[in-house]
Amino acid sequence: MVRTYALLAWTWTRAAMAYRASFALMVVLGVFVTATDVAVILVLFSHTTALAGFTRDEVLFLYGSAGLPFALCDLLVSNVDRVSQHIRAGTLDTMLVRPVSTWIQLAADRFAPTRAGRVLQAAAVLGYALAVLDLDARRLWMLPVMLATGTVIFAAIWTLGGAAQFLLTDAPEVVNSFTYGGGQLTQYPLSVYGRDLVRGVTYVLPLAFVNWQPALYVLDRDDPFGTPGFVRFLGPVAAGVLALLAGLAWRQGIRHYRSTGS
Amino acid sequence: MIETERAGRSFKVRGAVVHAVRDLSFRIEPGEFVGCLGPNGAGKSTTIKMLCGILTPTSGRVRVAGLDPSRARTALARRIGVVFGQRTTLWWDLPLRDSFELVRLLYKVDRKLFAARLDELTEALDLGGFTRTPVRQLSLGQRMRGDLAAALLHDPEVLVLDEPTIGLDVVSKAGIRSFLLRVNAERGTTVLLTTHDLGDVERLCRRVLLIDHGRLAFDGSVGDLMATAPGTATIEEVVTRLYTRGRAAPPPVEPV
Repeated sequence: MVRTYALLAWTWTRAAMAYRASFALMVVLGVFVTATDVAVILVLFSHTTALAGFTRDEVLFLYGSAGLPFALCDLLVSNVDRVSQHIRAGTLDTMLVRPVSTWIQLAADRFAPTRAGRVLQAAAVLGYALAVLDLDARRLWMLPVMLATGTVIFAAIWTLGGAAQFLLTDAPEVVNSFTYGGGQLTQYPLSVYGRDLVRGVTYVLPLAFVNWQPALYVLDRDDPFGTPGFVRFLGPVAAGVLALLAGLAWRQGIRHYRSTGS
Repeated sequence: MIETERAGRSFKVRGAVVHAVRDLSFRIEPGEFVGCLGPNGAGKSTTIKMLCGILTPTSGRVRVAGLDPSRARTALARRIGVVFGQRTTLWWDLPLRDSFELVRLLYKVDRKLFAARLDELTEALDLGGFTRTPVRQLSLGQRMRGDLAAALLHDPEVLVLDEPTIGLDVVSKAGIRSFLLRVNAERGTTVLLTTHDLGDVERLCRRVLLIDHGRLAFDGSVGDLMATAPGTATIEEVVTRLYTRGRAAPPPVEPV
């Protein structure tokens, strides 16, 4: 699976290089857009010392620990939300007759190496936050767990979004509000949001487990909303359940695929 | 090799159920060369897509090479070759030979077998002149030959073609036809194609399936097909008769 993905990704990278100017422009643009993200946080903290009770470096920790899994999925998986384009163009048919998982083919489809810049940027921010924050070393085991959890959760949300498009061919914009919206939402301490929204992203769409709940453990903080302490360790469970649902939805989507008229 | 048993596929369109294909039963033996005819919207493409595993039948049973296409889709993909005349399976921005190399890796074809097979196909389809050209720069005839080669590199038992000669000039058509005959004769590959070009049927197919309104309207040899009309009728007239059975005949065309 990994080999097939790498092979397809490399193929698309070479295909993208056929349009060199566009490729170069995407790289420049990518760096610029992600740089403004961090700039916003820095500007914010030049006016205040705390955001909903979190210091600048803690917010950068939250930003990096959500940004890294998000950027990884954006790079590796996000193209599964192009299902509806492929349905309309009829190109999904050609993927379905190849002896390789359709999900892998879609995820690797038009692989954009330019998005790797975002991964590096998020990793750099996280690295900085880890260096300046005086964290309890006995709690750091949670860091790889939360990064893996976050990656699975974002990948599952993208997959669910892709699966939904087998039924609602015009859904990509709705999907974006969950994927990119989720990516934006988790960049800040969830305590800046309303209680109901936080409940929603804890118990319904488990975005709170990408970084918020496990980060409260790593940073050794009390939950501003009073969520029970054990919830901080439920991330892998939530990610597993969501991934299972996404997998089932994807299978159903393929089975209900209607193809085009010709 | 291909078997359908009361296979059907219906779609819900704005609340109403539309039966694109219903109660379709036929059997194709290994090595046969079968043409599938039918007016536009009759259910030919739906049938082909059920055979490839793209569409899941809503009723009945389909078997290709002993497999249930929609359940064993990826396993089946290794054993069948599929060509869509209306869209390419090649990588648009890459040279043709890069697409072939990808096919080799995706289908896990042994390197030696692949090299031999590619030489054979390059010769038979006369690909030599344009394997380094990006697919988007190929003419339709060249692209179709490339698509055919890509579909046969893994030496499938069954070759399924949806309108393989659509839009091609007479010379390209003749080239594709003689190639298909050769594949069928030399390798014993079972071939099923859909077409609107009756020349394809006359020159290639030993057997014809005619699908109309989603049902099998005729199944027999080309001779049997011709026998459904009075002696002097051309194949165009015979097929027109079958397509318009139970409908108002199309107005005659005045020669200009």
